[in-house]
Amino acid sequence: MTTPDNPTLIGMYETMSKITAADAKIRTLIVSGAVMIQYYSPRGQEVIPAAISAALARDDYVVTTYRGLHDQIAKGVPLPELLAEYLGRRTGTCKGKGGGMHITHPDSGLMVTTGIVGGGIPIANGLALASVLRGDHRVTVANFGDGAANIGGFHEALNMASLWKLPVIFCCQNNGYGEHTKYAKATAVDAIAERAAAYKMVGITVDGSDPVAVYVAAKEAIDRARSGEGPTLLEALTYRFFGHFFGDDTHYMPKEEVAAAVAADPVPALRGRLIQEGRATEVELEAIDERVKQEVEEAAAFALNSEFAGPEEIETDVYGVRVPA
Amino acid sequence: MTTTEVEQMNMVQACRSALDYALSEDESVFLLGEDIADPEGGGVLKITDGLSTKYGESRVRSTPISEQAIMGAAIGAAVAGMRPVAEIMLMNFLAVAMDQLFNHAAKLRFMSGGQTAVPVTVRTTTGAGAGFGAQHSDMIEAWLAHAPGLKVVIPSSPADAYGLLLSCIFDDDPCVFVEHTMLYYTGISGPAPTPGTMIPLGLARVLREGSDLTVIGYGKPVLEMSAVAEKLASEGVHIEVIDLRSVAPWDTETILQSVAKTRRAVIVHEAVRAFGVGAEIAATIHEELHGELLAPVARVGSSFSPVPFATPLEYAFLYSADDIEAAIRSTLG
Repeated sequence: MTTPDNPTLIGMYETMSKITAADAKIRTLIVSGAVMIQYYSPRGQEVIPAAISAALARDDYVVTTYRGLHDQIAKGVPLPELLAEYLGRRTGTCKGKGGGMHITHPDSGLMVTTGIVGGGIPIANGLALASVLRGDHRVTVANFGDGAANIGGFHEALNMASLWKLPVIFCCQNNGYGEHTKYAKATAVDAIAERAAAYKMVGITVDGSDPVAVYVAAKEAIDRARSGEGPTLLEALTYRFFGHFFGDDTHYMPKEEVAAAVAADPVPALRGRLIQEGRATEVELEAIDERVKQEVEEAAAFALNSEFAGPEEIETDVYGVRVPA
Repeated sequence: MTTTEVEQMNMVQACRSALDYALSEDESVFLLGEDIADPEGGGVLKITDGLSTKYGESRVRSTPISEQAIMGAAIGAAVAGMRPVAEIMLMNFLAVAMDQLFNHAAKLRFMSGGQTAVPVTVRTTTGAGAGFGAQHSDMIEAWLAHAPGLKVVIPSSPADAYGLLLSCIFDDDPCVFVEHTMLYYTGISGPAPTPGTMIPLGLARVLREGSDLTVIGYGKPVLEMSAVAEKLASEGVHIEVIDLRSVAPWDTETILQSVAKTRRAVIVHEAVRAFGVGAEIAATIHEELHGELLAPVARVGSSFSPVPFATPLEYAFLYSADDIEAAIRSTLG
């Protein structure tokens, strides 16, 4: 078992702090009326990608979903271009043509962000298959929610990945709800990871708010994948503070349940733990928080000051050009 | 009189040769699909016969019956820079994988602002006339041509199949390559192309020049169109026959040039007539050549029903050479 050392844990905290600040900034911009965008906040789920990305290499691949800001930041998508894309600007990663629901940034290994629940899972297999055929030893992380584990593509993809021993980590960020429906009302098994047995695959459920637990499980899964031993179904139990989409009235989420989750907010929890265990000082963490806040402010200013692409972009990038053999 | 023996090739050999050439030329090309490797018979229709023995089962891999997973794996590998050729055994099964094809393959280049491409080729076969019934015979090219980002290619001859399939594989966009089952079965053959010959996508081919009327089609109907044109030639009627070859993008220039000359057009496809590719072509001709036309553009297609099983019903459902001839005669006035 490889537990994270101090710099790794502090690095995870920095990633989480950055996600939290970026999420807060986007929500503020929406609430203030400065921007009108669809947004699916990952607030509450920060630990999962912060811990997984700490165990990944930069050129490893990640696939995520419309609730993907945390995955994108953790994988290293640069904040100015990322926020500009969330705001639909020309300077965004995708020139404002994809938006937050379709972030792509190959330089960071963030290959696909899909708005179709479960749609990225079969594609992750393909990224991993390319690595196998080339022998480049990359691994691919497919992020999805508990709702996505109920689509047919999940079954097809996990069977194929196990059959072919593809280097994939299927990371189910189980936040307890598929859109507005509670987990137990949509899913027959108690834990998504139980399904791994049906694919002869390693399955593990961890507390998605515990950075050490997620890191240790992810590291094992990544090592297994990289050494050719096949995929893992890694389920991380978590909670989304702001419902399905930002602005959702969340009437279907019991108030006490939300309050308990917010009270156990994993970001300040890690902060307190680092100080309590003597791994970092209050002053050090304060400096990190200030630095990432500044970074987020600068990125947001860059995004807000950027123009929208012109209409000439509408029919650009629909097709490429034919290349000779 | 002397004749030169030209090597002949049928549709099956043409498709197999193109795949063979692509696999030999480029390490990033690989094939995946149900039953395609030699232990499984080299494909249900034997198109990939021998290829896994030659290139290994890593590059010519049989898959589970999992169309979403096949399509997703092909897309992901393509995004990572490979050139996968996915076989979706029958065109109807594309419906199972339509989320991957329509929401992902077609759109990832655009949604990423051009950062990623999806150079995937999807080979599939279909066509009525062999008694496969309602779920194994449909022509759904109009669904695909309606999706910005997809290219759709439907050859009618072995040489075109060879050159167009190679172009699809080495194209940087997702291409659906549709092989007509009846063109395999009827064993039509033609001159074998020089290895490596590619035919650019989006270019129609004028098979026969004529001045009285233009008949436009793709895939199997091209055979009937040519036969009808030959028959009418004996009556002194000169039909221009155009094989579209690429349904998306389609060669508007060649079509409009031809119809500007003949001032009459008939469009033929096997797909049901309503909301078909013919409607798009007819509308474009009317928009661009209104006032020049001597008659409204006519469309020939199959009946608006699922493909029936019983042979007499199946043939009654299908467009026919007689339908083509009747549409031409009616348009000629």
